[in-house]
Amino acid sequence: MKALLVCEYREGKLLDTSYELIALADKLGVDKAAVLIGSEEAVPKMDGTVYLADAAVCGEYNPAAHKAVILAAVAKENPDYLIFCHSSYGWDLAPRVAAALKAGQITEVVGIVDGGFEVGCCNAKMRRVVKPTSAKVVLTIQAGAFAAAPAQGAPRIEPIEVTVDGQGLTFTGYEPAEAKTIDLTRAEVIVSAGRGVGKKDNIPLIAALAKALGGELGASRPVVDAGWVEHSLQVGTTGQTVAPKLYVACGISGAIQHLAGMKKSDFVVAINKDKDAPIGEVADVLVVADVVQFAPILTAALQK
Amino acid sequence: MKILVCIKQVPDMESRFKPAADGLWFNEADLAWRINEYDEYAVEQAVKLKEQLGNEPEITVLSIGPDRVVEVLKKALAMGADRAVHVQDSAPQQKGPWQIASIIANYARDKGFDLILTGMQSQDRGSAQVGVLVAEFLGFACATTLVGFSYVDGVIHAKRELEGGLKGLVDLRLPALVTCQLGLNIPRYPTLPNIMRAKKKEIETLSVTSLLTEEPLAITTQFYAPARKEGGLVLEGDLNEMAQQLVDILQEKTSVVR
Repeated sequence: MKALLVCEYREGKLLDTSYELIALADKLGVDKAAVLIGSEEAVPKMDGTVYLADAAVCGEYNPAAHKAVILAAVAKENPDYLIFCHSSYGWDLAPRVAAALKAGQITEVVGIVDGGFEVGCCNAKMRRVVKPTSAKVVLTIQAGAFAAAPAQGAPRIEPIEVTVDGQGLTFTGYEPAEAKTIDLTRAEVIVSAGRGVGKKDNIPLIAALAKALGGELGASRPVVDAGWVEHSLQVGTTGQTVAPKLYVACGISGAIQHLAGMKKSDFVVAINKDKDAPIGEVADVLVVADVVQFAPILTAALQK
Repeated sequence: MKILVCIKQVPDMESRFKPAADGLWFNEADLAWRINEYDEYAVEQAVKLKEQLGNEPEITVLSIGPDRVVEVLKKALAMGADRAVHVQDSAPQQKGPWQIASIIANYARDKGFDLILTGMQSQDRGSAQVGVLVAEFLGFACATTLVGFSYVDGVIHAKRELEGGLKGLVDLRLPALVTCQLGLNIPRYPTLPNIMRAKKKEIETLSVTSLLTEEPLAITTQFYAPARKEGGLVLEGDLNEMAQQLVDILQEKTSVVR
């Protein structure tokens, strides 16, 4: 059995998540080759073949060209698995490759189990096991679900050239992230507000708790989308990825994107009405309570 | 311009999910249903574009499922879609994303759609495949995860959400398909007059068997709740007692509370 790993490259660099692909291939116990649309300096350190196409020619985001490069590598390697990161790059590209190969795709894999792959569903509240029935299988893997393999080895580089045609799509550039007023990645304590705080007027209750703990205020995506707090305070894959000594999740159910952004915290407290909320998966302590009632009481207890 | 919006009806995600008798999906008893949050942004974006173009575009909204999905079609009609297509299917959960996408593509093919909008994923299954697969089946240009959309002189200027707050800027020529991320716009609440007006709009019903041509490429074999964190503690009961307990735990287990 063999896996073709689709590495990720952005703004001139290999993304570290590419090593998580190697980790999954090793866990599956299959031979591996990789494909990178990037540059020779950015080739991952691994054993085996890396098929390399030039991002200066193909573009960093050109799904039609990237699909063509991957299909050229598939023609040479005939892999059983094609593995992508479940990222803005992977979830955009993987189904295009799956369609071309008529391969079943299993999205956002978090584990390998007997007879299939484990994935989250129902907003991370539940899990499914999915079993492929096609000859080739496309997998996208959840960020952080498989600890990155060490960067070691020297690959054999094989260049791939394709005719580049955007097929109706033109990438025109990047818009940088908004400047951060507070760098949450340096905070020792983060107290984050989620949808469970109910309304904007309740945000000060969470901010007061953050202050009592000597920490910073953070937020989940719905709270930012609703305009209750500024975007720079968003924790999660599309905001900041944090690992403080203490993380307090207030009224946050624990969508996958949020969990991926905070699950490396040393100690996690969740305050949630719903005992079954997926945040319970990563919480060291789950307080079953309405955070709007509980936060002021906890703040007072801390100030004693 | 002809616009198609593909929407799914999903359970309220605050629900408590229990496995169904077959152990492959959730039990539907006692669930409240609503439009998939991501798809609501797709409907709103279509209606905004229709308004921008002086009401010229015709918006068709499509959903696959049993009779209950008519409710989300009615909501989309009340938001401003012109007509609805209900693909009648008593068990859509038994079909994989490959099959669902093929059903939509078989419906849309040769109907002259210029633009297809849908959510980037469903909240319940979350496969994030259907939109892109439909685009591939139809040969449409496609971009996913939009947090920005504008249409100027026949070109879509899309803003894709990447990681860490970075955005990718993409221009798309029609025909195109885009998938919507949360926060793309502010979906409107249907007004009472629009709800009344929507009652007169056409809802066409088609049988799924007339559109289904594909076998599944992956199947669900188990459905269950994930395990809680090993050693994780659950506190329940009196708020004051829990607060004191938590302070004690934080003093003992962390270096940040003294």
